[in-house]
Amino acid sequence: MTIAVDPPKRGFRLSQLIYDTRYRSITIQVIALILIAALLTFLIVNLVQNLHALGKDIDFTFLSSRAGYDINQMLIPYDNSMSHGRAALVGIANTMLIAVLGCIAATIIGVLAGVLRLSKNWIVARLMTVYVEGFRNVPLLLWILLIYALFTESTPSPRDFGGDNPTASMWLFDTIAVTNRGVYIPMPVWGPGSTALVVILLASIVGILAFRSFARKRQAATGQILPVFWVSLGLFFVPSVIAYYALGKPLTFSYPELGGFNFQGGLQVRNSFTALWVALSLYTGAFIAENVRAGIMAVSKGQSEAAFALGLRPNRTMSLVILPQALRVIIPPLISQYLNLTKNSSLAIAVGYMDVRATLGGITINQTGRELEGILLLAAFYLTVSLSISTVMNIYNRGIMLKER
Amino acid sequence: MTDAPDREQSYVRTAMLPPQTAPSTQVGAVRWVHENLLSSWLNAILTILSVYFVWTIVSSIYPWLANSVWDATSLTDCRAKMDERLGEGVRAACFAVISDRWQQLVFGFYPQNGYWRPPTALFVFLIAIAPVLFTQLPRKLLWFTMIAPILIFTLLWGGSIWAPISVALGFVIGFIAYRVIGSRFSALLAVLAAIILPILYWFTLSGTVNAALTAIAPKGLPYVESKDFGGFTLSIVIGLTSIMLSLPLGILLALGRQSNLFIINKVSVVFIEVIRGVPLIVWLFTAQLLLNYFLPKGTNFDLMLRVIIMVTLFSSAYIAEVIRGGLAALPKGQYEAADALGLDYWKSMRLIVLPQALRISIPGIVSSFIGLFKDTTLVAFIGMYDPIGLTSSIRASTDWNGVYWELYIFVGLIFFIFCFSMSRYSMYLERKLHRGNR
Repeated sequence: MTIAVDPPKRGFRLSQLIYDTRYRSITIQVIALILIAALLTFLIVNLVQNLHALGKDIDFTFLSSRAGYDINQMLIPYDNSMSHGRAALVGIANTMLIAVLGCIAATIIGVLAGVLRLSKNWIVARLMTVYVEGFRNVPLLLWILLIYALFTESTPSPRDFGGDNPTASMWLFDTIAVTNRGVYIPMPVWGPGSTALVVILLASIVGILAFRSFARKRQAATGQILPVFWVSLGLFFVPSVIAYYALGKPLTFSYPELGGFNFQGGLQVRNSFTALWVALSLYTGAFIAENVRAGIMAVSKGQSEAAFALGLRPNRTMSLVILPQALRVIIPPLISQYLNLTKNSSLAIAVGYMDVRATLGGITINQTGRELEGILLLAAFYLTVSLSISTVMNIYNRGIMLKER
Repeated sequence: MTDAPDREQSYVRTAMLPPQTAPSTQVGAVRWVHENLLSSWLNAILTILSVYFVWTIVSSIYPWLANSVWDATSLTDCRAKMDERLGEGVRAACFAVISDRWQQLVFGFYPQNGYWRPPTALFVFLIAIAPVLFTQLPRKLLWFTMIAPILIFTLLWGGSIWAPISVALGFVIGFIAYRVIGSRFSALLAVLAAIILPILYWFTLSGTVNAALTAIAPKGLPYVESKDFGGFTLSIVIGLTSIMLSLPLGILLALGRQSNLFIINKVSVVFIEVIRGVPLIVWLFTAQLLLNYFLPKGTNFDLMLRVIIMVTLFSSAYIAEVIRGGLAALPKGQYEAADALGLDYWKSMRLIVLPQALRISIPGIVSSFIGLFKDTTLVAFIGMYDPIGLTSSIRASTDWNGVYWELYIFVGLIFFIFCFSMSRYSMYLERKLHRGNR
């Protein structure tokens, strides 16, 4: 038998482009490239022709022209003489506000509900099941509208609080008023010296972090466990309280008070915001609860038994053995829930909350007729947010991935 | 040691004592309550809080539900009936709005005499999908699955039955061309012919065929415009059509993302990430405002079709990610075994990889379908009348101005029933799959 005879050398034939795997992949890619280029050309040529026929062009200068509309919730200074670009920024700030607050609330609700759903308490576990299934299986839009209707239709109007025999009363020692015009809460008034107070508070947080890492190192070196919790608590409160009185109470609150037909003072939180926030948090919280439950259940029982066998107490078992393993399962879907919440905040349209879709993608488009540019910018904003969150998630995932050896 | 125990010794028991009953705290309801509700202080507090919570909710909602009025023609009529039955000023649920307007919530503005059509279409769809989902059914049913789209289209939109048939003829032509040319000439030519011939047919002949057949035998149902679709009919049509169309697209995208061909891989990644990174509502506005810019001048097809295209693209990106998970979960040995058998790429995918990967990803596909079905409510913002959009248009009529809860409860309940049963089905599938993999 003859082995290892060199294959007959022949020149390159055209048929190799199709039948030879070495060249075929190139052929396929070139064809794909041509097709994609053709599709893009088709779309762009159409776009140019259509715009030409309508006498339009692609132009982003509308962003610097006068907006001329008011926005009812502003985190950065804005009035209607400012530009469309500024209005878009106000919208972005509002979107980010609802997204961040929503993520925080959804995490708290979700973790609580997820843990309680695994509780041995029958009635609590059932209640949580009802909550989770109820919110997961009904459209978010319906929840937003329902909660908004709850806030606007079945809360008292401000004049019910006044008069000789008021039918409604404020909550929490007359500091919070829930009305159909919004929720009025105490507003902090930053007096002179309050900067120093904030600085001291931040410094004590840094101090807590430093102490924690010191305690961890010490435990690793000597085995001694320091009372981290109590020291942190002390570090957090003691300096701030002392500074608060030492600086002569620089931080005061303005409380809402009924004056005339409406509340004066305090901070008015619009019902559109509250309803959207509550609905988004409860809806996303239901999904997070499921992730948390799955994460805890994914840690096998042997792990906690092994930790007990090593003599770890239950809370240290939780913090050193169960949680680190559960978090590895929980965090990636948690981040994608955050992403969903941010995208779902565009449902603000249902309650008239002025987010970026309502300013840039709504009123600005209507006023300037620049729908192409407006939607392009809107999509670019959401895309930037999602891509940056998913980049962070990928980096994190790489960090906590099981190191297989 | 003595040899034999003395039988007269008094401490040897000869008869067993009857078993004592367990202490009363360890049996039945008492034990259950103790273990499940009051095992610790924290638990007891939680129990009390939950009972209080449930009691508050039930005590405030139950009378409202129990005294509800089901027969009235308007809200004022409803309130008058409540005053008469329950006493002055007592308010209860007014579900009369549902009995008055349920047809609108289910069918939208679909013509009254055609109300039988959407449910029949759904029935046809269920029969058509059955042989795909359940492999025990006779394979001959798949022939019905092939003609089902024609039936469903005609049932829903009406018009001449020959229009969808003449379009479907294009697929038949493509198939025949593939078989004939494939057996006589090369496979490549067959694929080319199977793509080019139907396109030629659609652009040249199909209109004539349709006109001719309609002239010969004018059969069909009254035509219904897309804008008359509404309510749950609209949600289900958009949801089911989009998920069906997005499955093949999603599979292709997932394969593209796994592919090691640079360009195809990058195009798939960009497509998936861009679609997933932007909220559906922005895509719907794109469909409403921008899609016409990108199409040849004068093309103007209806909003529903544009929405279906957009939702299909949207959900295909999500399904691609689900299927990618399934593909990644397959052991590498499967791919290698397929290569070792000498199968080419498409054969190895079709025969070995995809059947397993799809099976793993079915639960994920079902849950993304649930998400999609819930998201169809967003079309309310671009002027279509989905159930939630209809609630506001019902409220806009003078008869029912001011009705909130009853409508929301009804719509929410229907959505809940659909989505909850689907999620149970996917959990059942998941358990079945786990059994299989063990």
